[in-house]
Amino acid sequence: MEFFKKRTSIDFLGQRKYALALSLVMIVVSLVSMVVRGFNFGLDFTGGTLIEVVYEKPVELDEVRATLSDAGFDEAVVQHFGTTREVMVRLAPRAEEDSKEVSARAYNALSQAAPGQVEMRRVEFVGPQVGEELREQGGLAMLIALFGILTYVWMRYERRMAIGAILALVHDPIIILGVFSLWQIEFDLTVLAAVLAVLGYSVNDTIVVFDRIRENFRKVRKGSTADIINLSVNETLSRTIMTGVTVLLILLPMLFFGGSTLFGFALSLTIGLFVGVFSTIYIASAAALLLGVSRADFAPVKKEGAEADSRP
Amino acid sequence: MINQYPLWKYLLILAVLITGVIYALPNLYGEDPAVQVSSTRSTVDDATARAVEDALRQANLAHRPVEISEGRLLVRFADTESQLKAADILTDALGSGHVVALNLAPATPQWLQKLNALPMYLGLDLRGGVHFLMEVDIDAAVRQAEERYVGELRTLLRDKKVRYVTIGREKAGIELRFRDAAEREKARQLIRDQVQGLVVSERDAGGEYFLRAVLSEQETLSIRRFAVQQNVTTLRNRVNELGVAEPVIQQQGENRVVVELPGVQDTARAKEILGATATLEFRLVDEGHDAAEAAATGRVPVGTRLYQTREGRPVLLQNRVMLTGDYITDASSGLDQQTGGPAVFITLDGKGAGLFSDATKDNVGRLMAVVFIESKTETRTVNGEQVKHRSTVEEVINVARIQERLSKRFQITGLDSSQEARNLALLLRAGALAAPLEIIEERTIGPSLGRENIEQGKQATIIGLILIAIFMTIYYSVFGLIANIALLFNMVLLVAVMSMLQATLTLPGIAGIALSLGMAVDANVLIYERIREELRNGNTPQAAIHAGFDRAFTAIADSNLTTLVAALVLFMFGTGPVKGFAVTLSIGIMTTLFTAILGTRAMVNLLFGGRRLKRLPIGI
Repeated sequence: MEFFKKRTSIDFLGQRKYALALSLVMIVVSLVSMVVRGFNFGLDFTGGTLIEVVYEKPVELDEVRATLSDAGFDEAVVQHFGTTREVMVRLAPRAEEDSKEVSARAYNALSQAAPGQVEMRRVEFVGPQVGEELREQGGLAMLIALFGILTYVWMRYERRMAIGAILALVHDPIIILGVFSLWQIEFDLTVLAAVLAVLGYSVNDTIVVFDRIRENFRKVRKGSTADIINLSVNETLSRTIMTGVTVLLILLPMLFFGGSTLFGFALSLTIGLFVGVFSTIYIASAAALLLGVSRADFAPVKKEGAEADSRP
Repeated sequence: MINQYPLWKYLLILAVLITGVIYALPNLYGEDPAVQVSSTRSTVDDATARAVEDALRQANLAHRPVEISEGRLLVRFADTESQLKAADILTDALGSGHVVALNLAPATPQWLQKLNALPMYLGLDLRGGVHFLMEVDIDAAVRQAEERYVGELRTLLRDKKVRYVTIGREKAGIELRFRDAAEREKARQLIRDQVQGLVVSERDAGGEYFLRAVLSEQETLSIRRFAVQQNVTTLRNRVNELGVAEPVIQQQGENRVVVELPGVQDTARAKEILGATATLEFRLVDEGHDAAEAAATGRVPVGTRLYQTREGRPVLLQNRVMLTGDYITDASSGLDQQTGGPAVFITLDGKGAGLFSDATKDNVGRLMAVVFIESKTETRTVNGEQVKHRSTVEEVINVARIQERLSKRFQITGLDSSQEARNLALLLRAGALAAPLEIIEERTIGPSLGRENIEQGKQATIIGLILIAIFMTIYYSVFGLIANIALLFNMVLLVAVMSMLQATLTLPGIAGIALSLGMAVDANVLIYERIREELRNGNTPQAAIHAGFDRAFTAIADSNLTTLVAALVLFMFGTGPVKGFAVTLSIGIMTTLFTAILGTRAMVNLLFGGRRLKRLPIGI
């Protein structure tokens, strides 16, 4: 089976103005949303208490709220997740002395209101100091990852390409974070991990195209820089689609059967998959083009493989 | 000859494959419900094993042979029902000196165990349990130390008849106020000569003369280090009491301690036991009576009480308490300067020195014991009511002969090893100088959620892999099958490396495995697309295979190494589940590089290398 019987020659970079506009709109919307709406941070980042329980029979949320309110938890956020038997309770961090006891007290209140029918699934308490630290460390981790990748690409390829790759890498997480902010999807530690993994995937994609661009600069004697980039994107197109499909085949089952813990994780990777392919062409390559990368930067002095002679 | 590997390369790949299969195997055997018995005082021996067997025989409970390893005893059962019954029976039969814990023991066959092959270590989110992150209040420890210094300075100045106005703890250290400069100078010299760990500076204001003493950097550092270390030791002792099969107690960062208790659901009880407080008492040993006899008959001489040492030996101690732990300002281990043997050095504050001096004056030559007392409150549910239950555990941690009249500083010698000295010093400090602990994070995962997490994670991964396998076969025909075999090989290796390293597998870790397998296919795709291109360009099949693998190599290596950069950063910054993800992702990248490049190539070479081919079954 083949996606394309003949080699495609789509003028990807010809559309770069529209693509850039689209990209700018997405970034602006994302940034505005992050500033205005902020994030629906998970317990990991905010601190507080979370209790997940399963009832034997479907249960009304109002009853649960009333029970908690009687026990002194007026501010509890109660919601169903999964089925109507499963209930998740969130309590904001309290300044009181007994913050450690909160989870136990709330759970006892629930289990005494419906004796023998409540099964504890998960109780979490995170102190405020931990959340703050995680937010700081998360940002720092992202910066260090970006810097590490920048250094690597710079060393292996070329300065302008490294800058292009990094721009693409900054672009991708902004859009993922924007989606999480716009739709107020819970942002927890696993999502942060997924965003960092997207950095990995996205750069993976960029590198494959860059590798081909470098090769074509050395091999193909005619054509402008834009032509070479277009040729390289076209040559790697069926690989891009193929790999995207296989990773998607892994992510979709995770999205639908992975349970609540893996949902945010799989979602951000799925978004990252599409954004990553887009940014390779229209951010990384376009930026390298804009910065003036040219054939002269890749004079074929060093040979990569030993069998350079066997080239046609 | 084109596209053929030398024999040693095939053998190497085969060897890696076989090793991978062997070390991945234990994960297929599952776990047996088991009961684990350990001794609170020493290691379990054959006598314990016999007692366990007898108790189980009387109760008519079928069990597998009793195993003893690493000082612990393990009995496996066919089902959880008999496991629970056995735990109750054994708790009653063995008494207080033993801890009986429920455990899920890996059902790894003997021959694999001999090779050190174990299943992956599951994180709390997969097996259920409690996770605590505790913060040691280091500032409080420093504050306590400053307060002790205040007491010490007061006694010192009073003893040496240096006239001061006030001594007190201020925000920036200890402040001493004097009427005139001469007295201050005297005090300054005294402190320099006799008190260690303080840095002193002078200040004049409003016709008064001040000395400011702050803890030296080194002293602060050692206070901090000790505060955390000692809390780890105390927590370890207490966790043993909880009867948890594989607890994790680890220092994290500068001042935090992670406690993980797999299988524990009752967090309230766990918190109560972890939050117990301890004190110390010094008492004289009653040498006139036989402690063993008193223990056997139950008749305790008037004016004495029967105690046990940590090793379980009975000791008779006098009722009168010579000194309590409140007066201790420092306890550290080291070497006795005269004999060179291990010793513990204890320092008392001024008041304690006076009391102790009086108490030991007439008792030189007699034996003195140190009793460690731990008290805790437990909430138990009795007949539906919550009852607070206070309990104390008293243990003799040391018996030594009083060599001379003791006062401010003294030492305990005659210890067997410097390890023992260190333990004793830590216990003394735990009883006298505990730095407060605060729980700053707590996660409890119910056992059903843990099982569900495994199931969902596994299911999602398997569905994804099957879809990929089908897709690859349709798209690349025989080469697709080769990629699928490489993928399977990749998964086996990944699981094997995780098992060998005993790295913790978490739910995001399973996602990491899935993701790296999804991305592993990318390497095959890169190679195959390249081969197709070469074929379209009119190359012969053999040349196309050769060029395909060759040219795809840089792209594969570069793209995987950059991903590895991201994974390593995650590993450095992540904690808990996220670290688990980073670990599987990093290992996945390395196994991918091996299987996709070497493994696939070997298979392709074996099938097609060195033969005359008209076309390649690569789906075009």
